[in-house]
Amino acid sequence: MLDLHGYGPRLLEGAGVTIQLAVLSLALAIVLGLLTASAKMSRSWLLHRVATLYTTLIRGVPDLVLMMLLFFGGQMALNLVTDALYDRFGVDWYVNLNAFAAGVLTIGFIFGAYMGETFRGAFMAVDHGQIEAGKAYGMSPWLVFRRIRFPLMMRHALPGLSNNWMVLLKTTALVSVIGLSDMVRIAAEASRATHEPFTFLIPVALIYLLIASVSEWVFLRLQKRYSVGFGGH
Amino acid sequence: MQDITLWFQDLLAGNLIFTPQTLGYYWEGLVTTTQLVFLSLVIGLVMAVPLAIGRSSGRRWISLPIYAYTYVFRGTPLLIQLYIIYYGVVFFDGIQETFLWPMLREAFYPALIAFTLNTAAYTTEIFRGAIKATAKGEIEAARAYGMSQGLMMRRIILPSAFRRALPAYGNEVIFMLHASAIASVVTLMDLTGAARFVYARFYAPFEAFLFVAAIYLCLTFAILYLFRWLEKRLLAHLKPA
Amino acid sequence: MAATPLPLEVRNIKKRFGDTEVLKGLSLKAHKGDVITLIGASGSGKSTFLRCMNLLEQPDEGDLIVHGEEIRFKQTRHGREPADWKQVVRMRARLSMVFQGFNLWSHMTLLENIIEAPVHVLGKPKKEAIEQARALLERVGLSERADAYPAQMSGGQQQRGAIARALAMDPEVMLFDEPTSALDPELVGDVLKVMRDLAAEGRTMVVVTHEMGFARDVSSQVIYLHQGLVEEAGPPDQVLGNPQSPRLKQFLAPKY
Repeated sequence: MLDLHGYGPRLLEGAGVTIQLAVLSLALAIVLGLLTASAKMSRSWLLHRVATLYTTLIRGVPDLVLMMLLFFGGQMALNLVTDALYDRFGVDWYVNLNAFAAGVLTIGFIFGAYMGETFRGAFMAVDHGQIEAGKAYGMSPWLVFRRIRFPLMMRHALPGLSNNWMVLLKTTALVSVIGLSDMVRIAAEASRATHEPFTFLIPVALIYLLIASVSEWVFLRLQKRYSVGFGGH
Repeated sequence: MQDITLWFQDLLAGNLIFTPQTLGYYWEGLVTTTQLVFLSLVIGLVMAVPLAIGRSSGRRWISLPIYAYTYVFRGTPLLIQLYIIYYGVVFFDGIQETFLWPMLREAFYPALIAFTLNTAAYTTEIFRGAIKATAKGEIEAARAYGMSQGLMMRRIILPSAFRRALPAYGNEVIFMLHASAIASVVTLMDLTGAARFVYARFYAPFEAFLFVAAIYLCLTFAILYLFRWLEKRLLAHLKPA
Repeated sequence: MAATPLPLEVRNIKKRFGDTEVLKGLSLKAHKGDVITLIGASGSGKSTFLRCMNLLEQPDEGDLIVHGEEIRFKQTRHGREPADWKQVVRMRARLSMVFQGFNLWSHMTLLENIIEAPVHVLGKPKKEAIEQARALLERVGLSERADAYPAQMSGGQQQRGAIARALAMDPEVMLFDEPTSALDPELVGDVLKVMRDLAAEGRTMVVVTHEMGFARDVSSQVIYLHQGLVEEAGPPDQVLGNPQSPRLKQFLAPKY
């Protein structure tokens, strides 16, 4: 058995943090991605511009820089607000920006842009005739979206979604840099303290591979299930 | 007009952060980032060509180990790979006695090794996909004219595969540029390292990181346009006339 | 006005795409049990005319009266649009369309396709909708394919399934948009047979088609369109048996 110098339980906790972070960021990214895709397809010139600016900026700047900007900059902005509260109203209130929340927000924000592209492509790939059939049978626009456009879109989006998830999972490692105790940070700490880097870093690498392999399997199953009756175009 | 000039002078005069000294840090950072990204991309590209050919081979004892390599390097975060090489390099027996040690002791070379191995893995898979997509008819035609396997690879498959791989490889270059930001984590003074230094010194997160974000954005666009230009020149034959 | 309102009446429909006027003022009256066939060369506007009847295309001018209820329009920035989309939804539920490309929803089984609109648009209880769907599948000869997905069925099966889906709405008028044009010749017969049965039981239908045999045998009225205008209209014996205009003669000639 591996001798983890007592770091075993903390590493497991770290793995939990990594998974929670990844899942919550994914949820946020999906919501932002749907909003971005709708904005890009909308008739409104302004919404279209805002969404394009968002995706361009995100894709042009490294994740780590965005993360630091949001985390350190966000803390400063919060401090300015709380200082002003103290000066003006004597309210003594200090908010520490939570690294976990900052991580979820940044990663969700970054991948929202990528999801936006995935969803937009998927919406455009939906067979227009099936939408028309919905309209022709008296469905309201919302009903058409909920029952036909969205489920059909999701089938087209699945491969892109799976790809984004894999990249997102690896990106969570970056939050260790802004001080969140995910499994990478704990492994790095342990490596420095014990001078045995391989003992900690290689198991962590294996956990990433494990999560990636399991998700790959899940997505393959999903794709297989959803592609029933979906091969015929 | 004069008002604007005065306002601008005021702005620079009152500016404690963007002094020639800090701009110097950013410049150094730009040089380090460029060196790191350029070298790892070039070496990675050279490695990827034989690896991709091996990966496409029908012999499993060649293709399988290469697949294992790309699977591991594509399936784990680059940061972990960097840590393993950066912290682990000391533990190779006898390495401290070799001529390599003075280089490896610095953070630059472990980072270069990690980045190179990483980009080589991604590039291998990009090329492999492009090789696989070669039209069956073109291969049959080459066989019919009596080309050997090696000649066919060199004259027919690779030239067209490289061109097909161009858009995906452009994305990989941008990905590497952005991924290189983590070099700052192992104390390297790359672009992001410079920004972190300026942030820590002046406690000015917006100035420090927005400025560096703008530089990355410019670099990204430069790469994007370079590849668009290359695609236009090299992929013209694929467009309908 | 008659005691029972006409199922469908359209008056003076005009439609342009950009600079080309594709419909130059077309009218049609469907009495209960009528089978009206629209024929014409491609580009004559027959499909667009049909799509204006359930507002999949917005006519620029003209009136639309479904079961005595006139659809209200208003002018907007994007052109003429229905004033009340709720009214449109209600009106579309009374007409049901069968498309050239079938347009079955690919993520649902055939049975799910058939009960979708009755349950979610008409608010029918699911159990009742399923019973009705099974009966309809029996009618179109697809009982054993209820749980198949559209991609697993032949074109002819898909189109008969789509007709069952249209029937499940219990429509006042059925609109057919070239229902056999996308089918392999050997599959056309099955679909036409189902349509002939529907006509025989007194369904009100408006059919855009190239099947002259069907038009001759089944229609109560044939309308020949040319460049967005009615060139000839009347009972099939007259229009198809004794065409007057040289264009219609030419249109009918190569087929006989």
